[in-house]
Amino acid sequence: MSAEAPPRPVRTSPAPAGASPASRLSRWNRFDLHGSPYVFIAPFFVLFAMFGFFPLVYTAWVSLRAWDLTGDGGFVGLGNYSRLMGDPDFWNAVLNTLGLFVLATVPQLLMALVIAALLNRPIRALLMFRLAVLAPIVTSVAAVAIVFGQLYGRDTGMVNGVLGLIGVDAIDWQASKTSSWIAVASMVNWRWTGYNALIYLAAMQAIPRDLYEAAQLDGAGAVRQFRSVTVPLIRPALVFTVVMSTIGGMQLFTEPLLFGQGDVSGGSLRQFQTVAMYMFEQSFQNFDYGYGSAIAWTIFVLTVIAGVVNALISRRLRGGTR
Amino acid sequence: MRHRGNSLVYFTLVVSLVLSVFPLYWLFVVATRSNDVIGEMPPPLVPGGNLGENIRRLFGPDAEAAHFARGLVNSGIAAVSVTVSVVFFSSLAGFAFAKLRFRGRNALLIAVLATMMVPVQMGIVPLYMVMVKLGWQNQLQAVIVPFLVSAFGVFLMRQYAERAVPDELIEAARLDGCTTFGLFVRVVSPALRPGAAVLGLFTFMATWNEFLWPLAVLEADNPTVQFSLSQLATQYYTDYTLMFTGTLIATVPLLVVFVLFGRQLVSGIMDGAVRS
Repeated sequence: MSAEAPPRPVRTSPAPAGASPASRLSRWNRFDLHGSPYVFIAPFFVLFAMFGFFPLVYTAWVSLRAWDLTGDGGFVGLGNYSRLMGDPDFWNAVLNTLGLFVLATVPQLLMALVIAALLNRPIRALLMFRLAVLAPIVTSVAAVAIVFGQLYGRDTGMVNGVLGLIGVDAIDWQASKTSSWIAVASMVNWRWTGYNALIYLAAMQAIPRDLYEAAQLDGAGAVRQFRSVTVPLIRPALVFTVVMSTIGGMQLFTEPLLFGQGDVSGGSLRQFQTVAMYMFEQSFQNFDYGYGSAIAWTIFVLTVIAGVVNALISRRLRGGTR
Repeated sequence: MRHRGNSLVYFTLVVSLVLSVFPLYWLFVVATRSNDVIGEMPPPLVPGGNLGENIRRLFGPDAEAAHFARGLVNSGIAAVSVTVSVVFFSSLAGFAFAKLRFRGRNALLIAVLATMMVPVQMGIVPLYMVMVKLGWQNQLQAVIVPFLVSAFGVFLMRQYAERAVPDELIEAARLDGCTTFGLFVRVVSPALRPGAAVLGLFTFMATWNEFLWPLAVLEADNPTVQFSLSQLATQYYTDYTLMFTGTLIATVPLLVVFVLFGRQLVSGIMDGAVRS
């Protein structure tokens, strides 16, 4: 084998013209060297173009047309979008999505930060704790929604049962915005806190010990060390989790859907309908594809804006100093 | 002082452990009991003996509308096919991006990263139209083919290959006359195996748990397991033990994966975090 292929440097720029005889073998070799990288990455780009990129562009096109079950009703320009801007149900869904996002993300990331800080200490049974906080992530969203839906039941749920013990009257969790948001947000919090804690923990473990020793010499206590050393140094992990939570939060769908027994309008007064649910309702229940596509693009733009804003905010996070 | 600080740490950790695990335990308890216990105060905290009966009901005529067995089989097929494909194509592309030189490499890598930001879910309306054109509504391939590659996977494997495959190894194999694909099969894939395992775990879990798209493109008679669950939750929402038994069965494959590979999962998440 090695006798046939002349030893040549692995990473050369194309061979100088006329240097080697254009035998079949060396042409094959050249293709193998310069062509195979493209062959290797092609499946990804081809499939993504078909099922990821094309739908997104096509959504933009459909969103400019009046397209429903009866077929394509022609170009309407920004008609769907201006209708959307004046649609109170849409703005209600935006409000719900943002409210749920705040309730689901802020406690989640704060709890994750605390748990990570605790797991970063020399403690016993470390792996057990790590595995335990990660257990929720293997549960499916549908499973979480079903179990929590029961726990939040008005008459038979354990949450009301426990609240009853301390004298609180039974709450109809689905009835109001506040209570339904809390219930749905708790599902998201439960599922993702441990995952984020592990990401923070990994970042914390990469911080050199001597930084803490120096801070200690300067008289910084545990809390001060956490604010001035830990938080600034895990900022990349913070930005990552904030952006991921934003993307997930803007697309929240399954939890509120199953919390309301599969009702895509999110309660009798749409009190917990998210934008993703509204898109689904318009597209697959009212079969208004044009309008649904306009909602989809608006969600996409909202996600990008929220992601960038949140990334900028968390990038600016500094510990107490400076 | 030091001692008291430590007990506070353990107390907080144990509380978070209980909060993490309790809903799963409750799922198990209800699935092994009958509907009478719902709403009992204090709630029953030990499993009962009704699991067999509940499972029979789940697969019997009582829960016909959920097509649960069909859902399990469909999800199994979909999750395995998607996992195999994603791991293979991601390793291949990740290796190319990390270790091979070619024109446009950086621009193409940035394109991959940019696609990670695109929420594919938001394209479900036109994706649905594509499926209608292909005649794939209510067909299992509709929940498989669009997910055969993953930008996240390519990125993950690229990061992994960068570290795990030494350049000297590649050069040595080249000198021995290995073709690039031979190189991938014989030298690179063994080194990528731990990273590929983590990617496979994530992909399997994500596909098994996928909900929105199956709901859009499949019908109730040919569901995935999560779709079946939502049918249970919608059609039999007063029958808690039935819902919980279904949920338990749908979660068992993931729990098995978690018990077997939990360690790798932990280190996979932590590794990825350090690199990103």
